[in-house]
Amino acid sequence: MISIISEMLQYEFMTRALLVGFLVSLCAALLGVSLVLKRYSMIGDGLSHVGFGTLAIATALGMAPLKLTIPVVVVAAFLLLQLSESNKINGDSAIALISSGSLAIGVMAISITTGMNMEVYNYMFGSILSLSVEDARLSIVLCSAVLVLFIIFYNRIFAITFDETFAKATGTRVKLYNMVIAFLTAITIVLGMRMMGSLLISSLIIFPALSSMQVFKKFRLVVVSAAVLSVCCFFVGMILSYGYGTPSGASVVCVNLVVFVIMTAVGALRRV
Amino acid sequence: MALIECKNAAFGYEGKAAVDQLNFSVEEGNYLCIVGENGSGKSTLMKGILGLISPMEGEILYDGLKSNEIGYLPQATDIQKNFPASVYEVVISGRLNQMGRRFFYNKADKKAAMDKMEMMGITDLRNTSYQELSGGQRQRVLLARALCATQKILLLDEPVTGLDPATTREMYQCIRELNEKHGIAVIMITHDIDMAVSEASHILQLAETQIFFGTTKQYKKSKIGRIWMGEEEDD
Repeated sequence: MISIISEMLQYEFMTRALLVGFLVSLCAALLGVSLVLKRYSMIGDGLSHVGFGTLAIATALGMAPLKLTIPVVVVAAFLLLQLSESNKINGDSAIALISSGSLAIGVMAISITTGMNMEVYNYMFGSILSLSVEDARLSIVLCSAVLVLFIIFYNRIFAITFDETFAKATGTRVKLYNMVIAFLTAITIVLGMRMMGSLLISSLIIFPALSSMQVFKKFRLVVVSAAVLSVCCFFVGMILSYGYGTPSGASVVCVNLVVFVIMTAVGALRRV
Repeated sequence: MALIECKNAAFGYEGKAAVDQLNFSVEEGNYLCIVGENGSGKSTLMKGILGLISPMEGEILYDGLKSNEIGYLPQATDIQKNFPASVYEVVISGRLNQMGRRFFYNKADKKAAMDKMEMMGITDLRNTSYQELSGGQRQRVLLARALCATQKILLLDEPVTGLDPATTREMYQCIRELNEKHGIAVIMITHDIDMAVSEASHILQLAETQIFFGTTKQYKKSKIGRIWMGEEEDD
């Protein structure tokens, strides 16, 4: 086991991937608690599809992927938030609409330019090789910013997650903080997408939060536990992926799934 | 001194007034019950008082009352039923409007949260999860949170919905104590007219417009009051 880990760390791209992955899993788990409780978990899924579409277009145009994807996904996040809040269009269908639409646009862009190839496969299911040094540097800076903002706004995020009406009525700028959450989520998803795959990144947001809620009943405990679980699952998944040659994103998700089942069992036993 | 005064105000959505011709005031230490049938504009007025919507006509004045000095007890939402949060976490979140530019709670916030939990008799529950509480306990927790947000005025939106009769009485007694002992003004939306008459100092009756405002004594004598209390047949 230890020999595998030390072997992994010998590769520069691997250390890079592990560092970025560690930060992304941490951010995703923290934001995930609030998103899951606010019933916004599908926003993560919608955003990752928008990310896929933009990534494909950026590649087709020969642009640096992150520089185009981040702003587009951030805008999409604000849009989805707005749609979920207005009662005119059902939030669920709005998200489905946007995600399948972006997926289709992405596939079109790829098929016109390079054709369906390995690149598409990597966008969908992730690849740790896709992280360039520059990407990694940007990811580290942005992830740290997400973490700092989450900690700074922790109390406000709790308040608007628990009771938006009360928060609004007593003078908290609910709209602003909802936008902060959407903004942070968008950034986290784009950064995690290349490694985890656009089809799998949303699980990083949903699983740790749900697993923790099976056992813990206090907000702070749920947040801390989600962060710890997410990071542990990521590392275990990466080791498995390296050891058995399985895709990294899918391996991490499978570990998360196992942890979810265990936590559900523990939660059920506690209640008995 | 009136804390809140409505002058010929109307509130509504998308250009359509849900309730209009509102002329009433709430003074320090008052206990006002807003009564009326479903759809009479009670909740819309509450949103207006909270400043979530602005008056379409007329005006609403707050004297010496800042927007961060209002305590509010909203109707319970579905999300909260399974929310992982301890009683303490919920109560202290009421202090958010006192934080200004600070990011974290300080000693005064923590003390206020402890004091309000003491006041509501829920100190023992402070580490219990909100999920595991009974309906009456939850309302006490939310009241404690509302008290963290205010010294002056509490707005309650049907606070006894879904509570059993014994808990309902307990809740009303609790609200009366806050009003009488601590001098906190109360504005409450309610369906229960008998309770309103026995507890409140003032009554505001709505039916898409204001049809009565005055003291409870005046209400009992008025024709509309007698009809609503069932003492006189409606003809």
